Amino acid sequence: MLKMTPTEVEIIFRDEAGRALATLIRLVGDFDLAEDALQDAVAVALERWPGGDLPSNPRAWLVNVGRNKAIDRVRRNIAFRGRQQQLTHELLLNALPSADATDTVLDDDMLRLIFTCCHPSFAEEVQVALTLRTVCGLTTAQVARAFLASEEAMAQRLLRAKQKIRLAGIPYEVPEREALEPRLRGVLAVIYLVFTEGYAATSGEDLMRPDLAREAIRLARLIDALMPGRGEIKGLLALMLLHDSRRAGRETAGGDIVLLEEQDRSLWDFRQIAEGVRLVEEALRMPGRPQSYAVQAAIAALHARAPNYKDTDWPQIAGLYEVLLRISPSPVIELNHAAVVSMVDGPARALALIEALEARGGLKGYELLPAVRADLLRRLGRHDAAREAYLAATAATQLEPLRRLYARRIAEMR
Amino acid sequence: MQYLLMIYRSEAELGHMTADDRRKMTAEYGAFTQSVIQSGHFKAGDGLQPTTTATTVRVRDGKTLTTDGPFAETREQLGGYYLVEAKDLDTALAIAARIPGAKTGSIEVRPIMIYN
Repeated sequence: MLKMTPTEVEIIFRDEAGRALATLIRLVGDFDLAEDALQDAVAVALERWPGGDLPSNPRAWLVNVGRNKAIDRVRRNIAFRGRQQQLTHELLLNALPSADATDTVLDDDMLRLIFTCCHPSFAEEVQVALTLRTVCGLTTAQVARAFLASEEAMAQRLLRAKQKIRLAGIPYEVPEREALEPRLRGVLAVIYLVFTEGYAATSGEDLMRPDLAREAIRLARLIDALMPGRGEIKGLLALMLLHDSRRAGRETAGGDIVLLEEQDRSLWDFRQIAEGVRLVEEALRMPGRPQSYAVQAAIAALHARAPNYKDTDWPQIAGLYEVLLRISPSPVIELNHAAVVSMVDGPARALALIEALEARGGLKGYELLPAVRADLLRRLGRHDAAREAYLAATAATQLEPLRRLYARRIAEMR
Repeated sequence: MQYLLMIYRSEAELGHMTADDRRKMTAEYGAFTQSVIQSGHFKAGDGLQPTTTATTVRVRDGKTLTTDGPFAETREQLGGYYLVEAKDLDTALAIAARIPGAKTGSIEVRPIMIYN
């Protein structure tokens, strides 16, 4: 029998507990009861597994022990007393272990859990919080930290969300047919939100929160495995892998931002880049129209493969942004496009594009707009206007490393 | 489960409709109502007179206060409802999306509380 360290046991929990929970929720029909029962099962596992008593299929073990713990809880709990007999009966019926422990059934349960947490009847940030807590298995305190909220407030929010699942009758199902595509888009949007917050935080001392970026990548890998052959999923996974591959080069040891043009490219994670590039190619080969995530990933791949900033294939990147503007137009993409145009046709042409965009009323209140303007003005040698734009950019952000970057730029222009 | 589908729309905009648009809307609601009756989801449904006909009642310290008008002044007003039987929220939301008023106003979907 295998001896295990507590860390090894923890890794198994991270991988298996989410899936075991997903199945328990279906079996017991109640989020809270399933969470409590899984916690009971984990407590037993923590006692037994490190001593060498590791079951051959930890996931099925957690489900079976969890189901028994749920039955115990139903028998004990006064709240269920009225329906006790019926519930216990259903639990026993539902949880025939041999029929339920197949990987396909457990995979389907995991998808059910993801789609339920990302149900459009929740506000987007509630979807993110529920997914991090339930699917990724983060603690309530960790989720609270991701939102810069108090643990108490986050616990309340999660509680209300779980109540809504029960009271409003949100189905524990993967949507079918025509409902699937828009719902999958919602799920991917949630995963990308988790990633972007990890890639560049909206506020606080630290530029990056690598734990959130890692969770998002883990989720995308999971959903790619559960729903194989979908270009939009592969595209999103590629996009995140490629962005994340530059992590070590993106800040100094002191926590200052290093912009792409100044990064030491030997610090990039080339294994991750290779995987990202392979996935982009797969995604772009899928039949049908190119998907937005795949095109964004193709742009990231061109950056990742460029020998240096100057010799990046800027014309092709500009072309890909034009594709993006056709398939999913947005002012933010127009702004990015303009920034790339500055590398092809020069900053004056880019500034004209941005001014036209502003005149149309796009990007009002978008905090990176003054920063892009400031950069273009600086490169045009219009230092007074640039300084003013950097000050506006400083006022617009709540992220300390960005504020320091703008201060450095202003100082450099003296 | 049962869900109350509450139809909110702007009374002001409703007032500007042409007779032709009104006839069209009535026909659309007639067809929708027939379809939910036939699919077995329909429990009840009615239109409401405009909020100018509303009276709001509150009892405070044993005294009844009656005010002219709706409970709250909002941009869109409750104009009617359907009570439907549906197996889950997704089914109820799909029915709500088919209510003709969803195209111009908003439908609030609320589960009915079950006492047991």
